[in-house]
Amino acid sequence: MANVTLRNVRKTYPGGFEAIKGIDVDVGDGQFCVLVGPSGCGKSTLLRMVAGLETVTGGEIDIGGRVVNQIEPADRDIAMVFQNYALYPHMSVYNNMAYGLRNRGMAEAEIKTRVGEAARVLELSAMLERKPRQLSGGQRQRVAMGRAIVRQPKVFLFDEPLSNLDAKLRIAMRVEIRRLQRRLNTTSIYVTHDQLEAMTLADILVVMNGGQVEQVGNPLAIYQKPATTFVASFIGAPPMNLMSTRPDEIKSQLGGSAGEAGILGIRPEDFVITDQTPAGGVALPLTVEAIERVGAETFVYGSRAQEDQRVAATPGELPPGEVIVRLPGTEAPAIGQQIRVAAVRQKLHLFSGDGRKRLEA
Amino acid sequence: MQKQAIFQSKLLPYALVAPQLAIVLIFFYWPALQAVIQSFLLQDAFGLSTSFVWFDNYLELLQDRAYFEAIVRTFFFSFAIAVSSLSFALLLAVMADKPLRGSMLYRTLLIWPYAVAPPVVGVLWIFMLHPSLGVLSRYLRVLGIDWNPLLDGDQAATLIILAAAWKQISYNFLFFLAGLQSIPRSVLEAAAIDGARPMRRFWTVTFPLLSPTIFFLLVVNIVYAFFDTFGIIDTMTRGGPGKSTETLVYKVYSDGLLGGNLGSSAAQSVILMIMVIVLTGIQFRFVERKVTY
Repeated sequence: MANVTLRNVRKTYPGGFEAIKGIDVDVGDGQFCVLVGPSGCGKSTLLRMVAGLETVTGGEIDIGGRVVNQIEPADRDIAMVFQNYALYPHMSVYNNMAYGLRNRGMAEAEIKTRVGEAARVLELSAMLERKPRQLSGGQRQRVAMGRAIVRQPKVFLFDEPLSNLDAKLRIAMRVEIRRLQRRLNTTSIYVTHDQLEAMTLADILVVMNGGQVEQVGNPLAIYQKPATTFVASFIGAPPMNLMSTRPDEIKSQLGGSAGEAGILGIRPEDFVITDQTPAGGVALPLTVEAIERVGAETFVYGSRAQEDQRVAATPGELPPGEVIVRLPGTEAPAIGQQIRVAAVRQKLHLFSGDGRKRLEA
Repeated sequence: MQKQAIFQSKLLPYALVAPQLAIVLIFFYWPALQAVIQSFLLQDAFGLSTSFVWFDNYLELLQDRAYFEAIVRTFFFSFAIAVSSLSFALLLAVMADKPLRGSMLYRTLLIWPYAVAPPVVGVLWIFMLHPSLGVLSRYLRVLGIDWNPLLDGDQAATLIILAAAWKQISYNFLFFLAGLQSIPRSVLEAAAIDGARPMRRFWTVTFPLLSPTIFFLLVVNIVYAFFDTFGIIDTMTRGGPGKSTETLVYKVYSDGLLGGNLGSSAAQSVILMIMVIVLTGIQFRFVERKVTY
């Protein structure tokens, strides 16, 4: 039972590289916080700082009302699940889970109860005597989970725990982790670069980029109102379409402050094929370049006409001039076909020209 | 994946391995064969007549008390050299494994002694610990130790063990350092989070994970102590005083070349050969089994 509070946390390496540039996050008791961002954004470093595996060069980390900056990892009352599981290869599954308890001088009978209980929950009871190398990836992952839960720590830390699993197992384990965390009601911080994992697991989502927090909040709120173009293109798959707009368009069509160039964002799923232009909305003529039919939905990759003055730059992941449209699986325009798509006013996202600020319509 | 090289001519591959084969045959198998033959022969004192005596040389050795003592002595030396050299090398490796400034420099310095030839090692240690020339000997005497390895057999043995172990530290250090660096950092971090203090972490995680390296080095060190200490013994003590530093290898040399008993010397070297085959066999079996914990 503990809150985790980060106050202006910074990390500067001896070479002068600033990995974490002042982060404030407040994770409430029992909440599941997910740190998400592209590789190199500092999310793992931040988690390791909470664990005590990296020194904190500025600010404060507070676990359960106690500043832990100078406290050894062992004394922070945390448990961590590593990306490569970091199981002790020479110990049996039982001993892997019992190790942390033995180090704390717990009675062997109590250890047996706890490990037995964890093994039962994680369906590892039949393999307690095996060595890690005799287990499959998913089983190893569960042992790593078991090692964390037997300790009954104040905080769980997860460092991309599912990235070594295949896609199917990843989904199963994702659900399992969430269920386990709900049941134990233990404050958790989870690092991932997978936005889908982030969306599905998080109570609080922290989107990071370049050592800074881009946005903190409820995952759906972030999805619906991304604060920057980075968040807009990182959260959601396929990414939001971003296109630059002229100042007069912002003023006349979309509201916003005059004389400011802006970036317009529209999610692929917010387009419909129509001949009409909704009031205050946006319509785009497109040439279909490619389609992807995945069954339930069809993704259309279209290019905008050259004379479309909106085309200037696309800060997101899309190549310039390309627009992704998500259609129901039943629709499938032919390649080369001209279509006209539109989005209503409520579905438009507007950002400042540098993409750092969301402009409310 | 295609691993086999394909040669146009059938003779080319043979031609390519021929130089290596020739070296092995001429310098290893031929002398070894000579030793085996010699071990069945007995020469008179002047080398005028030679007679075939079957296993008499071996039987005589087995009844020889001096030979038995040499075996015990060799095992003791090997054990002492291996243990002291391994433990000190491990200590150095653990310290050098820490990411500190200038680590490349001191890691390199720690590896250097391996490049020193055994007789040079002997000379170095003589200069430090010779009873009348030695730099350290003076201080030992100041401390009240009656240091004279030229007269005292135990001190001579200590000296040999020190010198031989010192030379091997670099080699062991290198392997230990590599072994330590191959232990995933996250496993040690997990242990730290699991509440294991550095000493406990070392004995419960690092040490067991190093056990394949330790076993490998143990075999290598024993082989080294058995055979490669000849140069050190020859320059430092010549097996003396008395026979207190005469190991099996040195005895082969002194009985054969100094004592002129070629038959017995050959029999001894055949026995050594068998020992080395056994040790190498153990090592190969072990190295092939990659995971042991």
